[in-house]
Amino acid sequence: MNKALLGRATFKTVAYFICIALVALSLFPFIIMIINATRSTPEIQQNAISLIPSTNFATNMDVLTGRMFDPLRGIFNSLVISTSATLLTVYFSTLTAFALVAYNWRMRQPFFTLIMVVMMIPAQVSSIGFFQFMFRIGWTNNFLPLIIPAVAAPMAVFFLRQYMLGALSMELLEAARIDGSSEIRIFNQIVIPIMKPAMATQAIFAFVASWNNLFIPSILLTRSDMMTLPIMVSLLRGDAYRVELGAVYLGLALAVLPLLITYFIFSKYIVAGVALGGVKG
Amino acid sequence: MNPKKKSFSYAKYGYLFSIPFIIVFLIFTFYPTIYTAVLGFTDSQGLGNINFNFLENPLDNFRVVLANQSFLNALWNTILIWVLNFIPQLGLALLLTAWFTSRRSKLRGVGLFKVVFYMPNIITAASVAILFSALFGHPIGPINSLLQMLGHDPYNFLNNPWASRLILIFIQFWMWYGYTMIILVAGALGISPDLYEAAEIDGATGVQSFFRITLPNLKMVMLFVLVTSLIGGLNVFDVPRLFNWGGPNAATTTVAVFIFNWAFTNRYMYGLAAAASMVLFVIVAVISAGIFFLLRDQDAARERKEQKRLRKLHKTNQNREVQKP
Repeated sequence: MNKALLGRATFKTVAYFICIALVALSLFPFIIMIINATRSTPEIQQNAISLIPSTNFATNMDVLTGRMFDPLRGIFNSLVISTSATLLTVYFSTLTAFALVAYNWRMRQPFFTLIMVVMMIPAQVSSIGFFQFMFRIGWTNNFLPLIIPAVAAPMAVFFLRQYMLGALSMELLEAARIDGSSEIRIFNQIVIPIMKPAMATQAIFAFVASWNNLFIPSILLTRSDMMTLPIMVSLLRGDAYRVELGAVYLGLALAVLPLLITYFIFSKYIVAGVALGGVKG
Repeated sequence: MNPKKKSFSYAKYGYLFSIPFIIVFLIFTFYPTIYTAVLGFTDSQGLGNINFNFLENPLDNFRVVLANQSFLNALWNTILIWVLNFIPQLGLALLLTAWFTSRRSKLRGVGLFKVVFYMPNIITAASVAILFSALFGHPIGPINSLLQMLGHDPYNFLNNPWASRLILIFIQFWMWYGYTMIILVAGALGISPDLYEAAEIDGATGVQSFFRITLPNLKMVMLFVLVTSLIGGLNVFDVPRLFNWGGPNAATTTVAVFIFNWAFTNRYMYGLAAAASMVLFVIVAVISAGIFFLLRDQDAARERKEQKRLRKLHKTNQNREVQKP
């Protein structure tokens, strides 16, 4: 018995030690980033690692915004695109899931199979055709090609369908029909309230995916007043900021901190949502 | 009223409510994919030039791509980076899964660990890439400061092909092991507790339960992780593009970075890049279909066998239990 207890204690010590080391590994880059964002370039040149913040936040901000990096513009553009895309994804994916769950139509199964297959195709594969197409119709330097495609989000449809299968009772629909509600009214007033928890989870994922997207925005948006935050961030790797270390860390911190804060607020739902993806998938 | 007629009249709403999805899918995903495939057979090139001619020999672009040393190098890098980050990623995720779902020694703070381990995954990949290139900066960078504190000379990580590759592999690992762990833990929690109880009664150790029960039952979940990671890994772009511009000596150039360079930087060779995209598409499709069918059959067979064995063991055990007093 003592031996078993000792073994258990050893196991716990090792497990906690490794887990805490991994926590440090997750946090270390961001801590360095935040502290260095407040330190001047000469201070960083003396020693790039410090656990004490300095007072040069404002100087770094001046350098940062003096050369193309416009955090407010980037955040505004990203917010416009990501919010619109998220609303479209959540509403239309729920509608598509409703079509798949509530009605018995002949193409229902083939359509669902198509969604499963399309889920596997990454955007990069069609990027050249997509770019040429947008160029032809004059939609480069326009937010629409980054927003409208959000209507067809196979992954969101897939998860909302799974949730709806368990959450939506057909008797409820029948009752509403007897009361004389139209189908679209049933969807808006009965289905959507029931689906809210799943829609919220999908909204978080849709928003983060759109917010973090770099490939397609960077080939479509070339005007500096149209740039999204990730495109602005990519400027920090350019020659303009080569020697301005403090400004680079500050630019990164401005891009990363809002995400970190949002993540810790919603972390419970996000982790639960990720877990759901694996079990259902 | 005729019920058959009634259900028929509702079917049209299935079509009606799917129309927005289908129209947007056809215009913004299907058409561009076909367009890309078609461009692969043309001489399309030059920024702002939307005219193109089909090549006299339609497969020329594909021949050029498949014989291009840089493309093959990019393909090799992509596979190498994926394999070398996926194996430790899955290994660590499995270890954490075993710990976090252990029935004997309950660890505290599992919820917090999950939140922190998953965190790097939510951060914009572009920011992560540039943050790491700053961390490994030479001669001034936090890692080099650390080396100097320990009495070493600063090392130019970004100038060495293998050092750059290994850091890139580490970034991918660091961003994704938390995701893999959360999914595996969810899968492990879905395994019937009866199986573990039966094993415990048989005197199985925690390690034995993990290898005999948890692992075999996680096959489908691991398959999901494998396929999604493979598709993401073969298309990886943001981190290799921004961490070190695909260098040095193209050591961190992946296929997606290569395609981007051909199509959207100073050369604008859309035809060739489109052909490269299609090659990538076919590779992804073939590999994922292959893995899917291979593992699926094996899994079903093994699962049946395993459950049969456990039932049998459990039965024998019950008999023993009855005889005991």
